[in-house]
Amino acid sequence: MGVVVKRDACVGAGQCALVAPDVFDQDDDGIVMLLQTDPEGSDLEAATKAARLCPARAITVAAR
Amino acid sequence: MTSRSRVVVVGASIGGATAAETLRREGFDGEIILIGDERHRPYQRPPLSKQILLGEWEPDEAAIHTVAQSEELGIDVRTSCTATGLDVEAHTVRTSQGDVRYDELIIATGSEPRPHPLLPMALTLRTMDDALALRDGLRSARRVGVIGAGVLGSEIASAARKYGADTLLVGRSAALTFGGVGALLSARLIRLHEDHGVELALGAEIAGSEVAHGGTELQFADGRREFVDLLVAMIGATPRTGWLESSTLAITDGVVCDRVGRAAPGVSAVGDVAAWENPFTGRPSRVEHQSNAIEQAVAVALRLTHGELGSAPVPLFWSEIHGARIHAYGWFDQERPLVTADAGAANAESADAGPAGKAAVLLSRDSADRVRGAVGWNAAPREFRTARAAVLAAPELTPS
Repeated sequence: MGVVVKRDACVGAGQCALVAPDVFDQDDDGIVMLLQTDPEGSDLEAATKAARLCPARAITVAAR
Repeated sequence: MTSRSRVVVVGASIGGATAAETLRREGFDGEIILIGDERHRPYQRPPLSKQILLGEWEPDEAAIHTVAQSEELGIDVRTSCTATGLDVEAHTVRTSQGDVRYDELIIATGSEPRPHPLLPMALTLRTMDDALALRDGLRSARRVGVIGAGVLGSEIASAARKYGADTLLVGRSAALTFGGVGALLSARLIRLHEDHGVELALGAEIAGSEVAHGGTELQFADGRREFVDLLVAMIGATPRTGWLESSTLAITDGVVCDRVGRAAPGVSAVGDVAAWENPFTGRPSRVEHQSNAIEQAVAVALRLTHGELGSAPVPLFWSEIHGARIHAYGWFDQERPLVTADAGAANAESADAGPAGKAAVLLSRDSADRVRGAVGWNAAPREFRTARAAVLAAPELTPS
């Protein structure tokens, strides 16, 4: 699995950093920063939830 | 539901598309039909008043699913198909392309702008086609009149200034509003617009208009006249429930639902059109924000696939106006002024007084001093997340 973020679509709502703080952070403008691209276990579960809830649909968790 | 069940989603919107996608990702292997009345496949609406209006994105970039993605997910997307009626007893949706039977129905028909009674020719903004027409108008406009003091009015005024047009923002009320935050940010928003050269006419009643050379002359009740060559009216939205009028569903301002989105046996509703029971007031209320539509759609999909009754979605809304990033999370009591995050209720008066560009986290506290809502105004992400966690801590939000 791999996590991909689309930074130009990100609106800085921070849902991802709230739901999956070990996978996502925000820069000073609030834009998403990826902390790990291949999360596993509970991190992967959290990343999947973050992708689902992202209000800008800026996160994809895809099979590799 | 079983693999022989059919879920019909009416409304090819973010709520509809998210519900369909989540059902599939959660293992539902029956049929999913997504019906939309536009010629476009499902797309996101927030970029319409932002990236699309500013010409930064082409329409494709706002699409929710590509054709290939819909096929991969096994979602039968039917565009240019208008739902015209619902028979709850017979589990049947009437459409312009014939009757469609369902086992579970998800209503996601959204809302539409209310036309201005005196300015029916004014442009408005709901669909991709509206946004492209408005973008083209803004490219050549010299003086733009924006009628409506809500967040869309503010966003369009912001876009008009970016295109370099003189901009007149007209509101019937004396305050500017910002989604669920209501008028609590009005003073800041007014300063923000003034700092960016928007002329404001608030508390101004439109009395009529006349076609003038190359544009429109707006006539105000106090006799004032203003010429504009591009006119946009965004004076609020109404839920698109017309097609449900002859059904047995309870419709007030939207489709009345319980706390988990059930409107009737086999019928759920999500997004702008849905009035879910508010966890604090117990009253059905609509929330016109994309993230609310997403969360409600996810909640309904989890309930239909696993029987899960999740926690109540918390309204989350964002905008960018003249470069200021504004996020709002939670619920906002209009009777109680916002307070800054680092101080108690004592500084209620000063919370709205800072310069329009200055970063702030502003809180809405209830009578027991609990945090019910938070606004991040150019806020540091970490600070705003801390405030959000306080909103999320309310025990009313967990399922009962």
